Amino acid sequence: MSTGFFNELWLSKMMIFRGIYMCLFVSITAIIIGTIIGIFIGLTLTYGNIFARFFARLYVDVIRGIPVLVLILTIYFVLPVVKIELSALEAGIASLAIFASAQVAEMLRGGLQNVPIGQIEGAKAVGLGFFQTFIYVSLPQALRQVLPTWVNTAVEIVKGTTLVSLIGIVEITLVMQQIIGRNFLTMQFYALAGLIYFVICFSIERTGKFVEKKVAIK
Amino acid sequence: MDYYIDYSVVWRSMSSLFYGLGIDIYMTLASVALGSLIGLVVAFALVSERKFFRVLSSTYVAIIRNVPLLIIVLFIYFGLPDAGFVFSEIPSFIFALTVYAGAYVAEVFRGGILAIPKGVGEAGMAIGMSNLQIIVFIKIPILVRSTMPALSNTYISLFKDASVAAIISVPELTFQVRKLNLETFRTIEAWSTASVFYVVACFIIAFLLRRVERRVAIPK
Repeated sequence: MSTGFFNELWLSKMMIFRGIYMCLFVSITAIIIGTIIGIFIGLTLTYGNIFARFFARLYVDVIRGIPVLVLILTIYFVLPVVKIELSALEAGIASLAIFASAQVAEMLRGGLQNVPIGQIEGAKAVGLGFFQTFIYVSLPQALRQVLPTWVNTAVEIVKGTTLVSLIGIVEITLVMQQIIGRNFLTMQFYALAGLIYFVICFSIERTGKFVEKKVAIK
Repeated sequence: MDYYIDYSVVWRSMSSLFYGLGIDIYMTLASVALGSLIGLVVAFALVSERKFFRVLSSTYVAIIRNVPLLIIVLFIYFGLPDAGFVFSEIPSFIFALTVYAGAYVAEVFRGGILAIPKGVGEAGMAIGMSNLQIIVFIKIPILVRSTMPALSNTYISLFKDASVAAIISVPELTFQVRKLNLETFRTIEAWSTASVFYVVACFIIAFLLRRVERRVAIPK
């Protein structure tokens, strides 16, 4: 039987900390892997030949059309059938990373294509090659534009980690369900979960705003 | 054990998949309609001159945008009955998705309100309209028409979010597919079908919304 919210909270503090750690671990890994894959696909979308562009576009559009939950369940259930054995943790991270990669690719393409054509022509005029133009002219401007959306994606990923509780990864949501299963303080512990996610996501958002201001062109 | 591809079980349960998709669309439409109304009111509160309204509305938006939908759903479905509010699955999910949609729509509308030229409000004042009349007859029509592209993106992502309802066992598409997977073990067939359903549904919804956008776009 339950013995009051704060008593229960004290009893389960280690579980909650482990849940937070798992949530952060999954999010950070997924964001890093997703961003790296996303950059490659985004570059293919912008500079690739028509054949490569077609496949990159197909990948991005298909992934963006599938809900994260379906993506997670698909990867978790389908990969073992085709003899790719992944643990739940790996499957969870992989699906969130794939989700992130499509978002990153799309925003990078947008950012690169929004660089005014005059800038590229200017770079050509002063004799910069393709890679020099890319590194010194397109990329710095694209990154500034991409940053706010990238931070949004990071928040989306953290929120998406709630869904990996379904394949048995013991992150915050599943920890809360375990705690509630013991003491039936449903409202309090779900509210606590909401508060923890709020603190994580809100600080990511604020940090993003701060960095955005720092790197803005004055 | 060799796995062979056999879509016949999927064909046999096609009706339940479409039934699930129907529930998804129904829940999305209900929450989009209610959420847009909430979003409209909250957006005007966000740019209000009164600090009280601004603080209240921006708190709502900040909280909802930074808390995962699943937590809101679980809180409303499992938590609120403790406080005496009992809903069945579908109304409870529509409630959650509405609250969620409200914050996202409000954010879209806020940007739209700030982009409305000051002159149109002043013109309304000049011909003797009250504040409420200016909002209802001048600002809202401009707002809805100018923010339609951003709104349709929000609506599509809300449709995808409706899949979360499977977790509180609403018999929608994801739930039906999961059931199909567990009952028949036709894993690849079940999940590939789910992906095709969602991708095609999103594509069709996007296509329809593009037509609406073109129709309501403010001529240049």
